Amino acid sequence: MTTTLTETRLIFQRSMKQSLRNPAWVIIGIVQPVLYLALFGPLLVPVIQNTPGFPPGDAYQVLVPALLVQLGLFGSLFVGFGLISEYRAGVIERMRVTPVSRVALLVGRALKDVVVLVVQGVLLTVLALFFGLRAPFGGVVVALLLVAVLALAMSSASYALALRLKSEDTLAPVLNTIVLPLLLLSGILLPMTLAPTWLYNLSRVNPFVYVVDAERAVFRGDFGGSVVITGIVVAVVLVLVTVGWGVRTFQRESA
Amino acid sequence: MIHARGLARTFRTRRGPVEAVSGVDIDVSPGELVGFLGPNGAGKTTTLRMLTTLLAPTAGTATIAGCDLLTDPVGVRRQIGYVGQSGGAGPDCLVADELVLQGRFYGLTRARARERAAQLLDQLDLTGTETRVVQTLSGGQRRRLDIAMGLMHLPTLLFMDEPSTGLDPQSRANLWGHIRALHAEHGTTLFLTTHYLDEADALCDRILVIDKGQIVAEGTPDALKRRVSGDLVLVGTTEPQRAAELTGRIPDSSAHAVEGQTVRFRVPDGASVLPTLLSELHAAGVAMTSVEVRRPSLDDVFLTVTGRSLRDAEQPESAGVPV
Repeated sequence: MTTTLTETRLIFQRSMKQSLRNPAWVIIGIVQPVLYLALFGPLLVPVIQNTPGFPPGDAYQVLVPALLVQLGLFGSLFVGFGLISEYRAGVIERMRVTPVSRVALLVGRALKDVVVLVVQGVLLTVLALFFGLRAPFGGVVVALLLVAVLALAMSSASYALALRLKSEDTLAPVLNTIVLPLLLLSGILLPMTLAPTWLYNLSRVNPFVYVVDAERAVFRGDFGGSVVITGIVVAVVLVLVTVGWGVRTFQRESA
Repeated sequence: MIHARGLARTFRTRRGPVEAVSGVDIDVSPGELVGFLGPNGAGKTTTLRMLTTLLAPTAGTATIAGCDLLTDPVGVRRQIGYVGQSGGAGPDCLVADELVLQGRFYGLTRARARERAAQLLDQLDLTGTETRVVQTLSGGQRRRLDIAMGLMHLPTLLFMDEPSTGLDPQSRANLWGHIRALHAEHGTTLFLTTHYLDEADALCDRILVIDKGQIVAEGTPDALKRRVSGDLVLVGTTEPQRAAELTGRIPDSSAHAVEGQTVRFRVPDGASVLPTLLSELHAAGVAMTSVEVRRPSLDDVFLTVTGRSLRDAEQPESAGVPV
């Protein structure tokens, strides 16, 4: 167990160094949510005031938690591309011939993505304060923790998928096909409470919708409801499934 | 060091199962430098991937460095070093970082790993590259770095997959020098795959020839060459037909052929027949432009054993076989 932890730390440090050598990507990753905040947020303010069916809270309490989930979804799902180039350079194979635990090979990398994402999330939230976001500190902390769990799940899934497909040309369309319905059915842009019944019901299949709901609840300071518990449970289950899948992929012989 | 029996691997592809390796027996003693020679797609890499725990065999057993391949893959991983075909160092990482990390994977302390990295960089003429980014190294330097990575934990057995592929002739010669030195100094058992005959010839104590998933010949380079019946003699002449009449009478000669202005044949000891042949040709008034005796090469061996030359046997890997 201690060796697995040490090995995870070693892989984490290596990945972190790689990211720090190319900090541009951290910035590029946050541009999209910031654009939503700046160019979509002001649009949402009057809409929320005049539309019945919106969840409680002001425009930014609705938008910012959703942008955090979006960050977790998009920011982490594309990390697999980096893994493919390392695979091609023989890095993965070289590491798989060492006695290093397969858990460390996956989780070490994914934890780097979690750290990058939390930093981006904090930046986004601080920026949102200038746009007029008001949210309880505890709520923001819980929201960021939840996004961290989501990021771990997404980057594990991305690595697993990348290692199975082994080609950027296949990975890109596959990810886009998965991401778009997940995004549209998650209530990130507009809450699914506004949707017609069939669409609302369809969105309930999407695990992210529960996470978005939970994020919005904690941003309002509403910790007690079953919404928060459900969101956390969904995120934890998601992380167990994807990390398990990822570790199996690293164990798999032809990986 | 390596004892493999009936090691086989079948891949499932859309066009049905493909038997990449069909039951090979391999024995390598400690301290040997063994070459695994064969054309692309012969099953070299697949065999190597099985021996290094990267690929599970569909049949067969093996003991590698005292550990059972099937029941104790982690034990095997601790004992062996591996230098893959596509390298292994992260292109955007620093040379020293990758080396130290590799040592840490095998449980070396940071200090010990640094010490060992410096030692290997020195041995492999890489001193001064510590803080360079891997992708800025030259092809030869990068290959030597890959080897250094494989040696960080002082493995008793090192596997190398196509060590000199893609290198220019000078870097190849340099790399061979390093491989020989490492082998001589540490007595590390080396098992390398190659599809270059000159590489197998120049480096290896013993060669296993693999073709179509099966080992078709085995022995020292010299013993293998002896299986080819003798030296090749080439006589360049303006009168090939008349020259061929004379060479045809040489005792024990075989494989006579005329190719343009060249007459060729094989004979057990080429050098000893030359004086007589030359004087006979001279006496008969046949003008010669050149005379050459070629020792049999491993290419000839491959041709004799498989009926194809190594170049003809080169073909793209079958679909479904990981490269």
